[in-house]
Amino acid sequence: MLEIKNLTAVTSEQEISRNQALILKGVNLTLKGGEIQIIMGSNGSGKSTLAKLLAGHPAYNMLHGSIIFRNEKLIRCLPETRARLGLFLGFQYPMEVGGVSNQDFLRLAYHSRYKKKDNILNTSLRFANKILNYVKILDMNSSFLPRPLNQGFSGGEKKKNEILQMAITGCELAILDEIDSGLDVDALKTLSKTILIYQLDSSFNSRFLQTTKSLILITHYQRLLEYIKPDKIQIMKQGKIVCSGKSNLGTIIDRKGYDWLSGVGSGLHLIENINKKKLQILK
Amino acid sequence: MTTFLDNKEINLIRQGCRFSERCVKPLRDNTYKYGFSTIIESDEIKSGLNLETIKLISHKKNESGFIINFREKAFKKWQSLKDPTWAELSYPVINYQAIKYYSSPKTQEKLKSIDEVDPELRDTFERLGIPLNEQKRLANVAVDAVFDSVSIFTTFKRELLKLGIIFCSISEAINKYPELVKKYLGSVVPITDNYFVALNSAVFTDGSFAYIPKNLKSPIELSTYFRINNEESGQFERTLIIAESGSMISYLEGCTAPKYDSNQLHAAVVELISHEGAHIRYSTVQNWYAGDKKGKGGVYNFVTKRGLCLGTESKISWTQVETGSAVTWKYPSCILMGNASQGEFYSVALTTNYQQADTGTKMIHIGKNTKSRILSKGISGGHSKNTYRGLIQFGRKASQAMSYSQCDSLLLAHQSETNTFPYINVRNSSARVEHEASISRIGEEQIFYFHQRGIPEEEAIKLIVNGFCQEVFRKLPMEFALEAEKLLDLKVEKSLT
Repeated sequence: MLEIKNLTAVTSEQEISRNQALILKGVNLTLKGGEIQIIMGSNGSGKSTLAKLLAGHPAYNMLHGSIIFRNEKLIRCLPETRARLGLFLGFQYPMEVGGVSNQDFLRLAYHSRYKKKDNILNTSLRFANKILNYVKILDMNSSFLPRPLNQGFSGGEKKKNEILQMAITGCELAILDEIDSGLDVDALKTLSKTILIYQLDSSFNSRFLQTTKSLILITHYQRLLEYIKPDKIQIMKQGKIVCSGKSNLGTIIDRKGYDWLSGVGSGLHLIENINKKKLQILK
Repeated sequence: MTTFLDNKEINLIRQGCRFSERCVKPLRDNTYKYGFSTIIESDEIKSGLNLETIKLISHKKNESGFIINFREKAFKKWQSLKDPTWAELSYPVINYQAIKYYSSPKTQEKLKSIDEVDPELRDTFERLGIPLNEQKRLANVAVDAVFDSVSIFTTFKRELLKLGIIFCSISEAINKYPELVKKYLGSVVPITDNYFVALNSAVFTDGSFAYIPKNLKSPIELSTYFRINNEESGQFERTLIIAESGSMISYLEGCTAPKYDSNQLHAAVVELISHEGAHIRYSTVQNWYAGDKKGKGGVYNFVTKRGLCLGTESKISWTQVETGSAVTWKYPSCILMGNASQGEFYSVALTTNYQQADTGTKMIHIGKNTKSRILSKGISGGHSKNTYRGLIQFGRKASQAMSYSQCDSLLLAHQSETNTFPYINVRNSSARVEHEASISRIGEEQIFYFHQRGIPEEEAIKLIVNGFCQEVFRKLPMEFALEAEKLLDLKVEKSLT
């Protein structure tokens, strides 16, 4: 479904100033249909950049490499075309837009994907049905629908709203950027439940329709792994994917930190050990 | 949609799709819908302004003594005044001698029914969406159609008169109801008020007059539609609305002009008088020709609008949607004389290309317990300049008066400019004034958010702009609100090219 090969990127500003400090230094990633992958990594390791680049954010420019999504070269598409292809990015900080009501926004987003395939009445009915369904699953207060988009929403509500958008647009691949930050335990539970329902629902359909929905979750915390069992965990460091493994990798990371992975990290570890020994001798 | 795809093609060539570049690409070339001009034989007087001209206008309109006096006084005053320069506007010096002060289509003396109106003129108004025919005309709006210097026709005149509502052109009112006109004309906006008022008072040609008797709520909306057609003529109209105690009236005003490379002058004066417990609602949708992309042509719009809340608990509310004219200079104001009277001002001003707007309001609190509310939304795109200028004044006797104002500005492009000048003058200690202001820009991140959900940029900006103005649109009468929304969409679309 998604294949990233040797991807390098810079920010647009850097390109103008000819400062060729790469923020992504050759990322390789493959994702099959229906898979759930988790990307972890320390702050500033390029996780969010990768997500934004995939969605076509104008601030980042691809230098080399290729991204193929559903047999399309993604880099040749505009952001809205990517969205129509079925790529969804759940934002870490969803934008607040005053004056635009949440339901209008949802409806436009929904129609942008389904308008051409079906007649308007049908889509509208299905849209209403879907919204009511997922609002219930997400345990949201339906009064938030006529409110302006994300304005005055609490952190948790914003994240829930992102998930609602994901479910409603019915995307093929959802990249969720730190969807678990700023959530309480209950909210995290309902959120991951919704994500799973959404994913399972689609994989159930897949036997007949042969499409499966995949997920990439970007996170810092082990906590999310308690609810969602990924097929693979990728660790990013300094613009590269340095390590990948099964779900038990998460627990190791949680215990040892990201430094453990790199040369510098193990070096530090050694020095600490030597220091401890020295202390013991001194005693 | 096809153009959107074209746009995409262009972008595909450049791999890194950046917003600034995309903003420059043409989305759709929408020309001004009302830009056509009507070829019609007209009765004009020579350009130039002097006492002779004024006398000639008076003569053409068969005016009586007091109006001639009024005009002459105004003209003398005008000669002693100078063009105001304090506004944030820049425009070449207007040559007042090159303007034709009277231009009317040649028609018969008296029009009894609409069938006698020149078919050319009827067509013109029909193309503007104002059918004057008995069958086609809007059921709940009475229209007074003003073409260049004269009022062509007023619908529902007889029906309204049965109720006691006088709704006609001002020249007719001067002849038929001289007492009323004499009593109120110039009482709210004195001829000495400013340069353009003096000019208008000297040469005003037509406009609307409305009188609503006591305790009557007007069952239909009154409206005037102004059309400038002649390239060299200016339009100087005068509107006078009087609401007797306990009455209520909703009045609409619409304006358009053809596309010319030269600039036309429009200097109007509007006076509203609201007696005890009366309520006047005045809405304007301004869609003059605003000039082309390089700022050539367009209408210069210098308007003085003022309402007087004379009686206790009277109320005046102004609602305006400004999209047109190359230069706008306009401050619909309220003088809150009566105790517990209320003044309201709701405005959306959109400027694109090289348009300039200096607009706002004045709220002058004189009576006790007076209240005013100001809500101004300014949107500027292209190289345009959008200024809000407002005065809130509390007199010594205006105890317990309250005022709330909110001015929001939205910038669409990098070169656009927006200013806010709130003047607040309080002379008593029990008054309460609140002022809020905000400036925002449609950011890359915001647009990206919409893009990511599959919503194209054009639609996203329209949605944001419409959302931004929603509060004001809600104050407009229903059909007008829809019209205004469409108009704004069109304008925003144009500004993105």
